[in-house]
Amino acid sequence: MVENRRGLNLFCHAMLIVGVLAILFPVWFTFVASTHTAERMREVPLPLLPGIHLWKNYVTVLRHGVAGASTAPVSRMMLNSLIMALSISIGKIVISILSAYAIVYFRFPLRMFFFWMIFITLMLPVEVRIFPTYQVVSDLHLVNTYAGLTLPLIASATATFLFRQFFLTIPDSLMEAARMDGAGPMRFFWDVVLPLSRTNIAALFVILFIYGWNQYLWPLLITTQENMYTVVIAIKRMIPGGDAAVDWNLVMATAMLAMLPPALVVILMEKWFVKGLIEQEK
Amino acid sequence: MATEKRAHFPTGWLPYLLVAPQLAITLVFFMWPAEQAMWQSMLEQNAFGTSIRFVWFDNFRHLFTDPRYLASFGVTAEFSLLVSASGIGIGLVLAACCDYVLRGGKKYQTLLIWPYAVAPAVAAVLWAFIFNPSVGLVTYALRRWFGYDWNYLLNSGQALTLVVVAATWGQISYNFLFFLAGLQSIPRSLIEAAAIDGAGPIKRFATIVFPLLSPTSFFLLVVNVTYAFFGTFGVIDASTQGGPMQSTQILVYKVYRDGFEGLDIGGSAAQSVVLLAIVIALTAVQFRYIERRVRY
Repeated sequence: MVENRRGLNLFCHAMLIVGVLAILFPVWFTFVASTHTAERMREVPLPLLPGIHLWKNYVTVLRHGVAGASTAPVSRMMLNSLIMALSISIGKIVISILSAYAIVYFRFPLRMFFFWMIFITLMLPVEVRIFPTYQVVSDLHLVNTYAGLTLPLIASATATFLFRQFFLTIPDSLMEAARMDGAGPMRFFWDVVLPLSRTNIAALFVILFIYGWNQYLWPLLITTQENMYTVVIAIKRMIPGGDAAVDWNLVMATAMLAMLPPALVVILMEKWFVKGLIEQEK
Repeated sequence: MATEKRAHFPTGWLPYLLVAPQLAITLVFFMWPAEQAMWQSMLEQNAFGTSIRFVWFDNFRHLFTDPRYLASFGVTAEFSLLVSASGIGIGLVLAACCDYVLRGGKKYQTLLIWPYAVAPAVAAVLWAFIFNPSVGLVTYALRRWFGYDWNYLLNSGQALTLVVVAATWGQISYNFLFFLAGLQSIPRSLIEAAAIDGAGPIKRFATIVFPLLSPTSFFLLVVNVTYAFFGTFGVIDASTQGGPMQSTQILVYKVYRDGFEGLDIGGSAAQSVVLLAIVIALTAVQFRYIERRVRY
């Protein structure tokens, strides 16, 4: 601290409190809405304080889903989201760490060609190749499967770059020592490189888990059966066109459930999250 | 930093095996579809889907003479400008305040970053509920206290406001974190020297801190524009669905609508190719910037 200015310090606190309140504002009303009855949520003005139906609403959506809009229970959709988020994050980490290891520790023909090919995927987000990717997945009969939901998303240029950058900072002497001791490339990978990469893996996992959980466009296209919906895409389908008889209490309970896992991951693993986010862009 | 190892393992079939999974997925789900998109962008299907013919660049010509496509370009430009400017502005103010306060900075950080974890589509549902024309809280307050009639389902300007608010909300966390990291990497000695020379906090921010943050700001501008172009599909689909009267139909949403609902495969593919060109341009800008950042 350079100097102590009471006025400015107070002003900054005030700004931050306003910022935090503005950020929390929609979430508070979502929570309040999820604790009232459907009838109460159709009366204007809406309540500002929580009601007493929290348990009932959450049990209803988890067990039975939202009547009329979809028949699959939200617990099933949470499971789908979890499977998708874990497959995407673990899949991306595994295939990226392997290809980065090959590119850094071996010198083989076509090495740079492979490297550029991985690089190009950075420029091809799903949003850009929606229709043809959908055709490929449907030709492979992967619509409404977990493989179809995750495989097209798990190639990762950023993760590969991140591991490559990190491997380049591992001293060469470690590898020379390992080779002198007679360790082969895979032995060196398991015993030296992988343990050293732990913090990078943790940081990357947090970012990729959120990325996977929050996917929207792809699951929207690839799931047509209700028992394959992810919770993020299910919420929108619970709100029919017009606003005739929306059970806002149940929709908002589902929204709370959809936010909970990634928000918990960020709060509980804040250190890794910050590290992952900042380093991913280097 | 070195870009190559001096020593390598002897080459055999192993490295090929290691890159194989990544490469297989890249080829099947990235290269092949991208190539298909380019090919389809030059095809035209008749209304019954029974015959397909090769039309060279006709689809692109139609696209750039279609007033609705050009309008979608305009909407996207306005949308991304508003999302980037408000996200970066708010993020910077909060980061500067968080960097300045004596106590509790860490707690504010935790409270400010978690919206990053909320899916854009979920954020849109939350905001659309608050702004719901019949039961929304803000709608009620506006009508009651200001006599202002809010209905984003009918009013284009209000619809755009809603999607900008919903899209910016989660992005503030991201901008905040990067600005905070940038602020904390500025050497204290510089700030102290300026303070000794009599520069107050505002002057120091304007003449020292902000110029030193310019690489971060520029980087965030690129990231935010990319997000507004490609990351906001869920925001649009879960709230306004491009309406009313295409006033929130951004480019990414139009590709989806034309391809999956309009079944205009050639036109949708041509739009994909245009988007591809935009991504390549944005990525190129980002990488040029990273090369320059090394000096900073």
